[in-house]
Amino acid sequence: MSLDYVLQQIVNGITLGSMYALVAVGFSMIYGIMRLINFAHGDIVMIGAFLTLYFLEILGLPLLVVGVIVLVFGFIVGILVERSIFYPMRGSPQVTGFIASLALSIMLQNTGILLLSAQPRNFNFPEEMLVSINIGNISFKTLDLVIIITTILLMIALLLLVNKTKLGIAIRATAQNLDVARMMGININRTIMLTFAVGSSIAAIAGLMWGGKFGQIDPLMGYVPGLKAFVAAVIGGVGSIPGAILGGFILGISEVLFVGLLPPEYSTYRDAFVFTILIVILIVMPNGLLGKDIGERA
Amino acid sequence: MLKIKNIDVFRGSTHVLHNLSLEVHHGEIVSLIGANGAGKTTTLRTISGLLSPKNGDILYRPDKKLEQTNIVSLAPDKIVKLGISQTPEGRGIFPQLSVKENLLVGSYNRTDNKIEEDIQTIYTMFPILKDRAKLDAGKLSGGEQMMLALGRSLMSKPKFLILDEPSLGLAPLIVEQIFEMLEKINKQGVTILLVEQNAVMALELSDRTYVLETGKIVLHGKSKDLSSNKEVQNAYLGGI
Repeated sequence: MSLDYVLQQIVNGITLGSMYALVAVGFSMIYGIMRLINFAHGDIVMIGAFLTLYFLEILGLPLLVVGVIVLVFGFIVGILVERSIFYPMRGSPQVTGFIASLALSIMLQNTGILLLSAQPRNFNFPEEMLVSINIGNISFKTLDLVIIITTILLMIALLLLVNKTKLGIAIRATAQNLDVARMMGININRTIMLTFAVGSSIAAIAGLMWGGKFGQIDPLMGYVPGLKAFVAAVIGGVGSIPGAILGGFILGISEVLFVGLLPPEYSTYRDAFVFTILIVILIVMPNGLLGKDIGERA
Repeated sequence: MLKIKNIDVFRGSTHVLHNLSLEVHHGEIVSLIGANGAGKTTTLRTISGLLSPKNGDILYRPDKKLEQTNIVSLAPDKIVKLGISQTPEGRGIFPQLSVKENLLVGSYNRTDNKIEEDIQTIYTMFPILKDRAKLDAGKLSGGEQMMLALGRSLMSKPKFLILDEPSLGLAPLIVEQIFEMLEKINKQGVTILLVEQNAVMALELSDRTYVLETGKIVLHGKSKDLSSNKEVQNAYLGGI
């Protein structure tokens, strides 16, 4: 096994990790601010993928424009979901929101099947996205590069939003102490809604990437990214944005290395491997790599 | 300034406040004392809009010249905008925000451009906060956290300041300092409503005092008079 081969696998892992990180970040932010384990978060990825299919292949818009549209639509879907389902449950026990998110997930998947059929669809990205780039013996596609760069840019934007803006301070304050945030005059309903919207928007753009990378989409495709994002967020420490990014990359890279470096007959065990990593990390660091004990909230 | 009229507040199915009325005049310091579970915090949370009374009114007039408004059904952020700020029980600082960010949260509803200036004023009042400006607020000592919580409340430019047990868990010397600061703040024209377990200090600082027992006001009057009241002495002042 050559060094080039290992490097190649790492590059593949970074691409996969980028997408996990994008989904995990939203998942983690939503948990942080409303202590909601949102199982429907992966289905936003599916919505993003189908939006891409529609605007890119059916309407034939340029990819960059489609990217912006998907971000905006993801934002709006986030607002709709939060207002219609989670807002009315504010103040109810944590488990209520959890069950509601499971229900929402099933609902979105079934609505997808009803409207779009369960048949997987091919996803054809523009030619220029599929050009191979070779550096030494490592090869990747323009799409991989676009995924990685877009992810980095989005993460920087997100960290600036959360750390440097007034909304960001409100988001963090609300996540830390909801009641006091209200007492200080923060409109928590608006803050929570916007957090949900931003998280969904980023998940939707991950859907665009996912479709481009794997070339096929279907209404049930949100399950895997949703589950992996959950694992990535927990590895990094739920509620921590840098944690979710780190968790996404660790998960993506180690998953690809596992499949790539071991004999092929082990590759079907990749999910078992993922959960083994999760369990080991949680035994050693119960709050995840960068997480703090933030406690539950009724 | 603030007139609470016959409010009944429930927490779940427990009837916590019974037909409670209370009044605070412009420029006063009023204290509310009572045993644990008497409903002091509930009263304050109701004023700030975190709890809604089943019936009754809370009338508020920020300025003598202005009309009074009923703030009973208002959202907490609207109440802050009217100039009511509360320093919550246990101080409620945001432990993972920096000291400066905590102060910025206090000014969340302001749109003027004097915010940075006012942060400097707070730093002059509490120089220790300036030294710790970039530190996570959770790393501050109890006394420093109290100063931060007070500074954060002041950042909203309140006309009416509510404090829920500012002396809780603090060393006597620090409590002394905080109370002196409250007196100064009051002299600058901020009306104060204070909830305290430390009845001695509360009676000393305030103009008038209300005594709350199991959700009812059982006694109220000038703080001086209450200090010499036999019942109050036995119940709250250790029978001196």
